[in-house]
Amino acid sequence: MSKAVRVNPIACEAHGLCAELLPERVTLDEWGYPIVDPTPVGGELERHARRAAAACPTLALLLADAQKVGGRR
Amino acid sequence: MTAIRLRPEPARDALPPTLPRLLAGIPPTGAPVTLDGHLTRYGPLPSGGRGHDLIDLVEASGLQGRGGAAFSTATKLRAVATRRGRPVVVVNGAEGEPASGKDKVLLRCVPHLVLDGAAAAAEAIGAREAFVAVARGAHAEADAVAEAIESRRRRRLDGRLSIRLVATPDRFVAGEESALVQFLNGGPARPTFTPPRPFERGVGGAPTLVQNAETVAHIAQIARFGPGWFRRLGTAAEPGSILVTLSGAVARAGVYEVALGTPLRDLLAEAGGPREEIQAFLVGGYFGSWVGAERAARLRLSEADVSLGARAIVALPASACGLAETARIARYLSDQGAGQCGPCVHGLAAIADALERLASGDRTDRRDRIERWVAAVRGRGACHHPDGAARLAASALEVFAGEAELHLRHGRCSGSRR
Repeated sequence: MSKAVRVNPIACEAHGLCAELLPERVTLDEWGYPIVDPTPVGGELERHARRAAAACPTLALLLADAQKVGGRR
Repeated sequence: MTAIRLRPEPARDALPPTLPRLLAGIPPTGAPVTLDGHLTRYGPLPSGGRGHDLIDLVEASGLQGRGGAAFSTATKLRAVATRRGRPVVVVNGAEGEPASGKDKVLLRCVPHLVLDGAAAAAEAIGAREAFVAVARGAHAEADAVAEAIESRRRRRLDGRLSIRLVATPDRFVAGEESALVQFLNGGPARPTFTPPRPFERGVGGAPTLVQNAETVAHIAQIARFGPGWFRRLGTAAEPGSILVTLSGAVARAGVYEVALGTPLRDLLAEAGGPREEIQAFLVGGYFGSWVGAERAARLRLSEADVSLGARAIVALPASACGLAETARIARYLSDQGAGQCGPCVHGLAAIADALERLASGDRTDRRDRIERWVAAVRGRGACHHPDGAARLAASALEVFAGEAELHLRHGRCSGSRR
């Protein structure tokens, strides 16, 4: 099943690493919080997404089943 | 759509008159209807382990949640009933929305109708535990519910079902369903990151049905009178009656029961008409949207016409400034957030600041800047708090566009002659 990234906005503390490590799916808003593109990540990009999720200091970046990732987070 | 009958319905003359339904039998004093008074009017709740049958009745009735999301009640019941583990029922009577008073009226005046609905829902999904959540500040409501629970317990009315009253913090977000569940689990009354949603894992980890107080009161009536009766009011897509809290510049502010699809002007007439000229209506409460007078004249109280939210409607007089009122509400929503999600914390404060500046004639903020913030907060919280605030602000910029121009050009507004 294809995966997509999602943010837990409660856990997120705007460290911004996700936007550095996964610019293909994550940009930052003017306060430094991630705006996530829910387009599924495949192949090589999924590896990058996993690395970004593991690097998040508050573990707020998640990889979830693409079908369950709704609108923008 | 014609009415679907799953079982013979009681004779028509045994049914309450068309309207009011939920508010029938409330004495002029507004005192709670006692258990005897309730049973005289309604008779006992039909029971006998019919279980899932009630879900079919609710499905045939087309009942949608009356808390604000208008989600299918049968779907929610079924989602909980089909999960493993013994489910829990939570009746949400927290009603944090400041413009709404409908759930308080039900809890205070017809508590047994609400408890009947909780008991019927509990039986249908196999729950033995039900909680009724009432805001801490709602003393009369809590007293009425506590008294009603006690009189039912004394008569062993609800069999093995235990019903408990829970006082929740007086905060806007405390009534959000995941916040309610977290609070019942001993945590803070703040929304949680989902999934899992309460129907998957709620109170004590059990599948949990969270239903608005008005929704369960409708369930109590559907259990007795059937879906065909329920559908005699409302539209095919949105059947039944709703409670609406009308306030602002009307002769008689209060809670009214109307059929879904009723023209707003009919509701206004029932409330004695406007007290002065009205420029706009806030429809759906603090999470709602502004509707200008022209559109309001044709508006029907139906989700097809406008998102009704918690069915709170505020009439804004022509003498008031819509932007100032929106700024006040935006500030309230910013202050009343859970403070958990960055985009909501920063975005709502930015929107409230900008609306306040705009309302006071400060020309720092161009409309596009506020619109950018509105877009920036949508869908970015763990709950829908930022979405509601965004909807309100966006509709204000649209409906009061002329007013905003006046503020930006001349630093004043048409309401500033006050």
